[in-house]
Amino acid sequence: MDLIANLSLGFGVAFTPINLMYGFIGCMLGTLIGVLPGIGPLATIAMLLPATYALPPVSALIMLAGIYYGAQYGGSTTAILVNLPGESSSVVTVIDGYQMARKGRAGPALAAAGLGSFFAGCVGTLVLAAFAVPLTEVAFKFGPAEYFSLMVLGLIGAVVLASGSLLKAVGMILLGLLMGLVGTDVNSGVARYSFDIPELTDGIGFIVIGMGVFGYGEIISNLGKHESEREVFTAKVEGLFPTKADFLNIIPAVLRGTALGSMLGILPGGGAVMAAFAAYTLEKKTPLRPGEIPFGKGNIRGVAAPESANNAAAQTSFIPLLTLGIPPNAVMALMVGAMTIHNIQPGPQVMTSNPELFWGLIASMWIGNAMLIVLNLPLIGIWIKLLTVPYRWLYPAIVLFCAIGVYSTNNNTFDIWLVGLFGAIGYLFVKLGTEPAPLLLGFILGPMMEENLRRALLLSRGDWSVFVTRGLSASLLAVAVFLLVIVMLPAVKKSREEAFVED
Amino acid sequence: MNIKSQKDFFSGLMFMAVGLAFAWGATSYKIGDAARMGPGYFPLLLGVLMAILGGVITFKSLVVETEDGDKIGSWAWKPVVFIIAGNLAFGILLGGLPSIKLPAMGLIAGIYALTLIAANAGDEFDLKEVLVLATVLSVICYFTFIKLLNLQFPVWPAFITG
Repeated sequence: MDLIANLSLGFGVAFTPINLMYGFIGCMLGTLIGVLPGIGPLATIAMLLPATYALPPVSALIMLAGIYYGAQYGGSTTAILVNLPGESSSVVTVIDGYQMARKGRAGPALAAAGLGSFFAGCVGTLVLAAFAVPLTEVAFKFGPAEYFSLMVLGLIGAVVLASGSLLKAVGMILLGLLMGLVGTDVNSGVARYSFDIPELTDGIGFIVIGMGVFGYGEIISNLGKHESEREVFTAKVEGLFPTKADFLNIIPAVLRGTALGSMLGILPGGGAVMAAFAAYTLEKKTPLRPGEIPFGKGNIRGVAAPESANNAAAQTSFIPLLTLGIPPNAVMALMVGAMTIHNIQPGPQVMTSNPELFWGLIASMWIGNAMLIVLNLPLIGIWIKLLTVPYRWLYPAIVLFCAIGVYSTNNNTFDIWLVGLFGAIGYLFVKLGTEPAPLLLGFILGPMMEENLRRALLLSRGDWSVFVTRGLSASLLAVAVFLLVIVMLPAVKKSREEAFVED
Repeated sequence: MNIKSQKDFFSGLMFMAVGLAFAWGATSYKIGDAARMGPGYFPLLLGVLMAILGGVITFKSLVVETEDGDKIGSWAWKPVVFIIAGNLAFGILLGGLPSIKLPAMGLIAGIYALTLIAANAGDEFDLKEVLVLATVLSVICYFTFIKLLNLQFPVWPAFITG
């Protein structure tokens, strides 16, 4: 059994004290930032990326992965206790979770979220281990045309499943692609859009954009709101465990959520947010049992299903990254950056050239999940205390860590000026109602897309039909078109918008 | 002319302007053709696409009704100014400005300046509290970034360390 041999290799790597420690630090930090409203895993990974320079690559990636799924757990705590999605994938958890907390059932809600996430995480890890190898074989069949089409599909998938205006999201992707082109063109050596500034010939750092747009932009828009809109309060959490009746409701919901989440995570552009949203919609379509509380009034299924779905998706979204080297969402895009920092080119060759990294990472995910359940259930009381840190102390610290983070990547103050500029731009995006996440995705994919487009058209001697005459490429594009058409259909469009304004 | 969605109207204009700017910039590089793309080919393509998309968004914002006009709302100038200013002050103090011969004052001075300026962005400002916060942050940063992670930062002013 290859699977078992591979997994045992992985557990051998992950179970070293040093990697366990970094995994634990990652989970801890992830939970922490998940709990804190306004700081997402995106900003944190961006912030901590420079700090991982000194670590061995496996440990660095294990820690960053820990942050990523730790944030999924932590986000649910804030969502349930204070009606704030600490993190974007727990947006739907807010709806029923907070209602449960108001009725004094915060304990069962938190436990349902924790246990559901743990189960989903385990399944997600197994799916990841089982499908990584066959998917890698597919990956070797990919030529430049296929890669280009897959990236188109990934970008379309990201906008289709995101909330808000479709056109504006496409615009942000294009903007991101263009910003990704700033710097020296690899083919001709021409410095594009660098305005003769030497620092710009290396391109804009994605950490700079990530921190400016997400970190500073979010803080400015938060401070612009009136205090009452961002006030957090602590509620008493009493009684941790769900009743027997609760369990009967939770179990099928968790199973459905996990299945849905695992599938959506694999698709490029799927990701945790969409999985949570889809799982909640599915639960609402499932008839209520007699005597069950309706959705929106504190139904425990409304917490368990989306939480398991987002965690399963968080795991399986590593599949496209590790096997194809294509980031399915903005956080994964940062992970690509993390890998390149450590001289690892993400893609199908990772599995053969760095097997201990590949399987070690997978094994550490399972360990991370186990650590998270240990962290989250008994330590809920501490997390609540953290929420009482006033925002006026919190935001200067965030600004500071962002500034230090960008400076430390190149030891160059130019990046500090840039991050300030992008902070102002980020606030502009918030005011104009354009979502910045697609921008970061486009930014990462920009140079890759240009390169593959160039190669594909060079091989076909300038014939654009190469994208539709090669079977694999054509089917990828067909899926992308299909997704677009579906979203444009009036009926779907309406329900998509409704689902997002529901809370 | 009646703007139905203010947010969409201006974001459309933004996309158009930026798209055109990139496309115009691309023309100063070699464009080439599909089989042999120059450095200007892909940005020109994207810039034109983006400008067209911006046009569509702006057009829609003038035609499609919205419930509340999708107003942009008031700008929060105070946080924008103080957050960015804090950020700039931190950069200047940390690295110095060689162009005007300003020496580097180091990390600790930068932290105090950033905290003091950025704290003005909120609704309340209590000098004593902010100073405590800055001190706590300095200690944390010193130990995590300098001692633990061993990052190469100028910590103290250049005239002290020489």
